[in-house]
Amino acid sequence: MRRGSTGLSLVSSLAMVFLYGPIFVLVLYSFNAAHLSMAWRGTTLKWYAALWHDEALLAATENSLLIAVISTIGATLLGGLMALGMERMPLRRQQIIEGGLVLPLVIPEVMMGVALMLLFVMLKMPLGLTTVMLGHIVFNIPLVTIMIRTRLRKLDPALREAAADLGANSWQVFRHVTLPLLRPAIWGAVLVAFTVSLDDFLVTFFTAGPGATTLPLKVYSMIKSGVTPEINALSALLLVMSMASVALALHLQRREV
Amino acid sequence: MATSSTPPFTVSGLSLSSTPPTIDIRGIVRRHGAVTAVDRVSFQVRRGEFFSILGPSGAGKTSVLRMLAGFEDPDEGDLLIDGRSMFGVPPNRRPVNLVFQSYALFPHLTVLENVAFGLKMRRVSPTLIEEQVRQALTMVKLLGKEGRMPNQLSGGEQQRVALARALVNKPAVVLLDEPLAALDQQLRQAMQVELKSIQEQAGLTCVCVTHHQEEAMMMSDRIAVMHQGRMWQVGSPREVYERPCSLFVSRFLGVSNELPGTIGPWVGEDRVFRPTDADQMPLTVRTVSTEPAGRSATLSLRPEQIHMAQERPSTSDPVLAGRIEKVLFAGSDTKYLVRVGRDRFWETRMVSGTSLPSFAAGDPVFLYWSRADARLFFE
Repeated sequence: MRRGSTGLSLVSSLAMVFLYGPIFVLVLYSFNAAHLSMAWRGTTLKWYAALWHDEALLAATENSLLIAVISTIGATLLGGLMALGMERMPLRRQQIIEGGLVLPLVIPEVMMGVALMLLFVMLKMPLGLTTVMLGHIVFNIPLVTIMIRTRLRKLDPALREAAADLGANSWQVFRHVTLPLLRPAIWGAVLVAFTVSLDDFLVTFFTAGPGATTLPLKVYSMIKSGVTPEINALSALLLVMSMASVALALHLQRREV
Repeated sequence: MATSSTPPFTVSGLSLSSTPPTIDIRGIVRRHGAVTAVDRVSFQVRRGEFFSILGPSGAGKTSVLRMLAGFEDPDEGDLLIDGRSMFGVPPNRRPVNLVFQSYALFPHLTVLENVAFGLKMRRVSPTLIEEQVRQALTMVKLLGKEGRMPNQLSGGEQQRVALARALVNKPAVVLLDEPLAALDQQLRQAMQVELKSIQEQAGLTCVCVTHHQEEAMMMSDRIAVMHQGRMWQVGSPREVYERPCSLFVSRFLGVSNELPGTIGPWVGEDRVFRPTDADQMPLTVRTVSTEPAGRSATLSLRPEQIHMAQERPSTSDPVLAGRIEKVLFAGSDTKYLVRVGRDRFWETRMVSGTSLPSFAAGDPVFLYWSRADARLFFE
């Protein structure tokens, strides 16, 4: 028992090192004063300052945030309505739709990106910010639907019946009981969708046109001319943003119990 | 009864007043797929009456309650509240409020907001809401806990909030779904008394669904016994307990000590009953039954109707010989399990602390009862 647990903790420590080691090195070197070498030449914040003056980078940040905000709103509305609508369907149909919802989450994202690109080209839509937003809405809908639906199914149906029994019409039941009880799940879904949109590379890569460069695309194009400390700094910032947002989402999910 | 000219009041009868009954259920049927959950059920409830539907789980009693609340509609028959048909009327437009078995308190609202919910939905003015909520909370003794969240309350307190949330709306009928089932034994007994006194004080008309026979008997003016979707008997607690109309009702409302046999000829006002067990003597039973002699029947007695003696009592009443199998001391009274046949046991009770002779396991005893107390059931 005792020996088994030592071995187990060794393996899990190694796993953590493999997972977080590279990220740690990346963040560490974003503070390295040396420009092109891996040698440590003292601590600096100048790479972060340099990001701030890079016009192209700022434009990419703006694109990323705009896409994330719009696609999150779109996906939350559509996904939320989907979750609510599914509740009223016969069980068999719910199961079929649920299967359909999981599919986009498991098929290779490259396929999704190519398929969306082909669709937009077929529809003769010029690739740009709009197509990226639509693409992000598409892959975020299943995430939002599943998260809100999970919460919805945990709600005691007697609560909605009690509200109706106390004189609430169906809108009032939704407004005063269902919605407030779903709120933590909705915020959780918003944060997850926002994060996934902010970090997405593949779908964005295939659906973005000129002038629709996002942060991950920018990092990719910068890296072609060698790993610079600016990239380290930029990646570190993205990492912090994503982690903060996911932590908040988890916190909200835990509070709902 | 103010005047002597009024006919004798029968508890099981319908309303004496000319106003329509608060609830009038006419032959409702409810099917769930191939199962008939409620089968041609009819009953009426008077204003201010505490009416219980008693039955084992799966009897269809919750279906009846849900049809009254409006969550389901009957497949056949009609359901009137204050003379108005409720068919197709949604729950939010019915003059009834349900106290859920799980209480179904809104977890995101305070006690005050929970109780105020119904009034708020009906757009009652805030000052009036405050006054009425205060009244309701006073009635259930929860004043001072307005700001608490439901999960900060004990089970008994949650139960009171659920009750206040229903009665604050002054509904024509308060529906109670197993109202005390979630409480522990001691709290349950205290709440029975309290619930009953609130109901009397506020003049509430209540329909209560329960599987707990003692609870139903203590709180109700009338009880309807339901089984397999059917209503078997409706009457006062005393009536259904003492004069059950079937073996099922007899067994469900308490201990039924039974003896199978056949009915024999008349002997004056009484009839002879011959137990199937060969070693038991024929007994006399006072009955109004006109069943022909030779029909098989089951004799049934409540434990408290049976007397016990060590010597054969010199009485013209029926006597049954037996042997004490087990003595079960239960505090205020003692239960005796008496073997009266090869595989037949009867239960008798004696109040503890009396100077009556004490019986021990293995003692031979004689059981006797008034011939008018025994009830006969024919298959």
